[in-house]
Amino acid sequence: MTAADLHTLTGAYALHALDDDERERFERHAAACADCAREVRELSAAAARLGLAVTVSPDPALKDQVMRRITTVRQEPPRTVSPGELRTVGARRRRPSRWALAAALAAAAALGGTAVWQHERAQDAQNAQEQARRAERRADQVAAVLTAPDARSRTTELPGGASGTVVVSRSRDRAVFVASRMAKPPGGKVYQLWFDEAGTMRSAGLMDPGRGTGAVLMEGPVDGASGMGITVEPAGGSRSPTSAPVALMGLPA
Amino acid sequence: MKEAVEIGRNPSAGPDLPDLMARVARGDHEAFAALYDVVAGPVLGVVRGVLRDRAQSEEVAQEVLVEVWRTAARYRPERGSVLNWVLVLTHQRAVDRVRSVEASTAREHKAALLDRTPAFDEVTEQVEARLEREQVRRCLRTLTELQRQSVTLAYYRGLTYREVAELLATPLGTVKTRLRDGLIRLRDCLGVTV
Ligand SMILES: [Zn+2]
Repeated sequence: MTAADLHTLTGAYALHALDDDERERFERHAAACADCAREVRELSAAAARLGLAVTVSPDPALKDQVMRRITTVRQEPPRTVSPGELRTVGARRRRPSRWALAAALAAAAALGGTAVWQHERAQDAQNAQEQARRAERRADQVAAVLTAPDARSRTTELPGGASGTVVVSRSRDRAVFVASRMAKPPGGKVYQLWFDEAGTMRSAGLMDPGRGTGAVLMEGPVDGASGMGITVEPAGGSRSPTSAPVALMGLPA
Repeated sequence: MKEAVEIGRNPSAGPDLPDLMARVARGDHEAFAALYDVVAGPVLGVVRGVLRDRAQSEEVAQEVLVEVWRTAARYRPERGSVLNWVLVLTHQRAVDRVRSVEASTAREHKAALLDRTPAFDEVTEQVEARLEREQVRRCLRTLTELQRQSVTLAYYRGLTYREVAELLATPLGTVKTRLRDGLIRLRDCLGVTV
C-alpha cells in the first residue's frame, strides 16, 4: 500500500473500520503525517456526533453498578496536567532560558562548589570518598547537560510559589531538573522524579528532602520519555507512583 | 474545541467537562458521578446501536464507563472534547465486542448481521437529545446515498470497510473513499472543529 493510499484511510480509521494490520500500518503513517493526524481528529469528532445522536436513557441501576465498581478499580497514574493547577511557562524554548541557567548557577554557588545535590540511599555509598567521587561525577554530568549545544528547557510553576525547570539534552540522552523554593516534603516522605514514557512512569531518582532549591541529574536515559512528573513517596521511593503528582510537565521538544 | 453536547443548548447549563475529567483523573468520585450523568446516555446509545442485544449492551457500556474512570488521566484536552474521547473509546469497545462475537459464531450468524440493512431512524428511535439528532439527520441527508450507507454501516453497525464493500457490492477502494468524503461532508455540515 502506497502513502497516497494510506492518506485515504482517515475515514475508515476514524470509524474503526480497518482490519488490525491495516490499522497498525495507518497508525505508523499518521504518527509521521501531520495532515492525516489532523484529519483523523476532525473525522473522529464528526463520528462522535453520530454517537451523540443516538443517546438513550440508561436504567438508573446502571449508575449504581458503575459507581460501586469504580470503588474497587485502581486508576492509571496521571500523565496530563489538569487545567488551572499548573501553568507551563517558557515552553518550547530553543535554548535553556537565562533563568534556568541562573537558577542552576545560583544553586551551585549555594552549595559551595558542589554543583548538585542528590539524595543517596545510605547503602549506595560505601564510604565518604566514594560519595565525594560520585557527587563530582554528577556535577560534571549536570554541567554537561546544562551546557550541551542542544539543551532545551521548560519551566513550570509549582504549588506554593515554587518552580521547576527541566533541561534536556537529546544528544546526551539525559535530563536535569532544577528546583526552586520547593516546600519540604511531609515528614518521612521524599520527592521522587519520574520520566513519563507513553503513560508509563519510570523512576528518575529521588530528591534530597532537605533541599528545596538546586539542580538534580535525573537518573537514567531520557530515551522515549515525553514528560516528567514529581510525586511525594515514602522514604526510599516507590517502584511506581503511589500518590497524585505534585507536578507534571512535558519535556522540551 | 466546543463540547458537542452543548450544541443547541445553553452552554452555561452544562458542567465544565475538561475540569470534571481532571478531577476524575485525581480519583474524585463526585466528579465521576457528574461526568457519568453527561456521558452514560450517549455511551449506552452507541453500544446498543452496534450490539443490538440489550443485556450485552449494558455489560459493555458498564465496561466502558469503568474504563473511563480507570484511564481518565490519558485524556488530553488539546486532542479534542471529553465527549469525543469517551465516544471514540465507546465505539472501539463496541466494535471489539461485535467482532469477537462474530469470530466465535457461525458464518450464518454473520451473514444474518450483514443482511439487516440498518436504518438511521430505527437506531435513533429512542433518542432524547432531539436537537442533536435532528442536526445529525439533516447533515446525513447532505451525503450521497453511498456515502451515507457506508458511514452508517461502519459506525452504527460496526462493520469493517471490507464488510461494507461486500454488503453494498461495491469495490473496496470506493468504500474507503466514500467513508472519508462522507465524514468530511458530515464534519463540514456539523461545523466540527478540533
Ligand atoms: Zn497521510
